[in-house]
Amino acid sequence: MTANFQLLRILPEVILTIAGVLIMLIEPLLGHSTSRKPLGWFAVLSVFASLAASFAQLGMAAGTAYYGVIQTDAFSVFFHVLIALIVLVSLLVTIDTANANTESLGELFALMVFGAVGMMLMTSATELLLVFIGLEISSISTYIMAGFRRKNVKSTESSLKYFLLGSFATAFFLYGIALIFGATGTTDINAIASQLGTSAVPMFATIGLGMILIGLGFKVSAAPFHVWTPDAYEGAPSPVVGLMSTAPKAAAFAVLLRIVYVAFPALHAHWQPLLWLMAAFSMTIGNLGALRQQNVKRMLAYSSIAHAGYLLVAFTALSTDGIAAASFYAMSYAAMNVGIFAVVSHASGYDERLSLISDYRGLAYRSPLLGGALGFFLISLIGIPFTGGFFGKFYVFASALHSGMVWLTIIGLVNSGIAAFYYLRLLASAYSKPTNNALLDPMPRASFALLLALVITISGTLILGIVPGQILAMSHNAAVSLTSGIANPAPSATHQ
Amino acid sequence: MHSQNYFWNYLPLMMQIIVAVGLGCSMVTMSWLIGRHRKSSVKLAAYECGVPAEGDARGRFSVRFYMVAMLFILFDVEAVFMLPWAVIYRRLPAITGSRMFGFWEMLVYLGFVLVGFFYIWKKGILDWAQDKGDL
Repeated sequence: MTANFQLLRILPEVILTIAGVLIMLIEPLLGHSTSRKPLGWFAVLSVFASLAASFAQLGMAAGTAYYGVIQTDAFSVFFHVLIALIVLVSLLVTIDTANANTESLGELFALMVFGAVGMMLMTSATELLLVFIGLEISSISTYIMAGFRRKNVKSTESSLKYFLLGSFATAFFLYGIALIFGATGTTDINAIASQLGTSAVPMFATIGLGMILIGLGFKVSAAPFHVWTPDAYEGAPSPVVGLMSTAPKAAAFAVLLRIVYVAFPALHAHWQPLLWLMAAFSMTIGNLGALRQQNVKRMLAYSSIAHAGYLLVAFTALSTDGIAAASFYAMSYAAMNVGIFAVVSHASGYDERLSLISDYRGLAYRSPLLGGALGFFLISLIGIPFTGGFFGKFYVFASALHSGMVWLTIIGLVNSGIAAFYYLRLLASAYSKPTNNALLDPMPRASFALLLALVITISGTLILGIVPGQILAMSHNAAVSLTSGIANPAPSATHQ
Repeated sequence: MHSQNYFWNYLPLMMQIIVAVGLGCSMVTMSWLIGRHRKSSVKLAAYECGVPAEGDARGRFSVRFYMVAMLFILFDVEAVFMLPWAVIYRRLPAITGSRMFGFWEMLVYLGFVLVGFFYIWKKGILDWAQDKGDL
């Protein structure tokens, strides 16, 4: 395998890295009053280029590169595309929301692009240490982005809490890797399964896997590792929350799928009950917590905990259908959640004028477009048919039922019912007549960037809900390629 | 039978921990038992490197100190990565299978370091006296 051919396997990451570096080089050269929005559009273009590179990888045979630390297959491409689309929409929403008060906008664009590099690396890495590096790149970018409204106390609090707890969780992840290395003598995800049988101390592998579950459970904000979520989401800028509630989670779920299904299928008797509990707790705590929230972003934070729970239900299915359902759900959740944060960002602006559910009263009268989009995404989050949210939940619960997870499915369905209440509360508020005249001011005009973001998210949610066939086939291919193992082993001829 | 033997590998580590903890504890206990105790206001005051303690511990420092400290650590670590590279530089062609690969790789890495350096320089972080940097 030639060096150039190997480079194709990390081309999406390389494109985004170069784009991010260029943004960082240009940013300090611009004057204080110069608009940074062209930099944002440049970042958008680079994400398009990286999307094209990901699709080009589909044409290549699945395989590994760089001594087997990178593996591109239908699975990695599925998540690459998902992450690129999320970052694309988040960039557009940031361009739309930024105003004269926005500080260091250029850095925000660069961080979003760098974060995407880390998340993409996580989904194609088959070496646990590279997964860790990807996790760090994506986490550190999001820690900084969470605190981007520097002069706002809530934003600083959000960043600090996210950073402290996040580093703690990453340490768990790293320690888990160390224990797995101790038990199996390898950190290659593809090699762990075969080494596991020869392990001198299989107990270490189990403890290591448990630690990795804690670390990744934190990243996907699954209960009982969810406590940071509401505070972090409340303070972070809304466009960033749209990103950090979907993209790093999708990447962490991809890593979790790879680790439990490729490296530790033999230990499923250990991890399946743990994931069962995490799924049940996440759904219940997320939905019950969301019922009590008055702040829209806190409510959506609890809702994202609940959705992480639904996604974990698919993990317990122990089948290819389960993996496909999890991937599909990650995509449909991303479409509707990034979409709703686009609406929230534009409605409340960079200075977060609207925060409580009651502040959204009359939103539909002030801007029928935003009100309609908000309603559509809320309906999808509830899981009403003809939206992506419905089919996502349908496939998740169908795969769980096929594997005999009856009680978990019942818990999930009851939770979906509870969830409808708080989503409808926001919807009702947006469509009630405003009592206060101050709330009747027309919204700032929707920019081209916002319209593009809404078109992408709404059409995504609709396609996933009405004609999901193609994306379902993609997620199924991804699942098959994940479980079928590697096509060709790592090239080791040049290594001495 | 494997796992029983396995943990014996950690015996030297265990002994070292016991010796280290034992030594520390015994030294404090011995001096407490043998030594004479004269309590005076000077002896009970907070010890601050031999200098009289002054001001509030929660005083505010300029963020510049932290910036400089962070940058120092960053560039320090980046320089450390060059050391192992330099040590095996002559053997790199044999290892990588290409004559100049190791050289260009380090150049790419240094390029990234330089970008970071350029960024902080232009942002005015290194400018200690002026308030150019928007800190």
